[in-house]
Amino acid sequence: MIYWKLFLSFLITNLLGYGGGPATIPLIQNDVVTQNHWLTQQEFHEAFAMGNALPGPIATKMAGYIGYKIGGIFGSFIAVFATVIPSLLLMILLIGLLYKNRDSIRVKRMTAYVKPTIVVLLGLLTFQSFSDSFHDIGAFQVIFIAVCTFFLMEKCKIHPAFVVLGALIYGAINL
Amino acid sequence: MKQLEIFIAFFRSSILGYGGGPSTIPLVYKEVVDTYKWMKDEEFSEILAIGNMLPGPINTKLAGYIGYRIGGIIGMLNAIIATTLPTILLMIILLTSLSSFKDIKWVNGMKESIVPVVGVMLGVLTWQFYQSSKKGLKTPTILIHLVVGLFLIQFLHLHPAIIIGGLLIFAIFQPVKATSSNDHKTRKGSTNE
Repeated sequence: MIYWKLFLSFLITNLLGYGGGPATIPLIQNDVVTQNHWLTQQEFHEAFAMGNALPGPIATKMAGYIGYKIGGIFGSFIAVFATVIPSLLLMILLIGLLYKNRDSIRVKRMTAYVKPTIVVLLGLLTFQSFSDSFHDIGAFQVIFIAVCTFFLMEKCKIHPAFVVLGALIYGAINL
Repeated sequence: MKQLEIFIAFFRSSILGYGGGPSTIPLVYKEVVDTYKWMKDEEFSEILAIGNMLPGPINTKLAGYIGYRIGGIIGMLNAIIATTLPTILLMIILLTSLSSFKDIKWVNGMKESIVPVVGVMLGVLTWQFYQSSKKGLKTPTILIHLVVGLFLIQFLHLHPAIIIGGLLIFAIFQPVKATSSNDHKTRKGSTNE
């Protein structure tokens, strides 16, 4: 039952993603690409680039698109529902309890303990995208595009949408 | 009218922000506290802090909770739809049209040139998470986490869910040591003021 699998997949990734939507990105990749083969790594890269170029929260954009690709409009609804509703319901129902424990060391530790693992997962994903790319277009192109991207996005603070657009145009002409 | 305001507030803060949910929080703040005055600064900060205690995307938790407080269940759904739906639709339209062109040379070039851009974006995100993990843990502890985590994931092929689940259980059940009494003291101190 594909809808049930979609629901479980996005439910679990989001219940583990401490640190907001971006923390769930490597968990989504692991589930969707490595475990379930719903998307190829290349399709995941395209979705992530597009997700970063468009405004708004990234986790729901990824969920909405991946759900749509696997199960149409209803699949998209299920994936977004599983991403948003469980932690929101917890918040609405448990707000009093959470408020009382807001200074609890145990609760603060939860986010702190999970973050290094997210760093490892993100680091591996970074490495994988570069090594895929070296294999496809060679070291020179990879380094050229990566240096330009870094410079434009981090130093000149250009909106990612324009950086992605620039890379697409460069690729259409040169590769 | 209230529902329309909820929609406008969350639509605007979502469509004007980029870089994922956490970076759009100042825009949500501006709508909720400054423009529509639905709550005071302290209340917003408290809701944000409580939202950060729970896993998953922060933006939809904020939108859903604030929408619920102002407009009930309808307000909650309204705020979530305003936050997520417009950009999901754009995402589906753009990516489906990109993938409908197959085996055309220049489209393949576009797809290949995007991967190094993704690499940089992921690298920057990795660095940001590393920096923010310093807030909760000391650097040597982080390094141990990184090495052990890398070993478990890359060489033993352990599912990340198992590692994170284990860490969460450890965070809850690990005894709270001497630092806790300090924390208790400072809390007492601040309530006395």
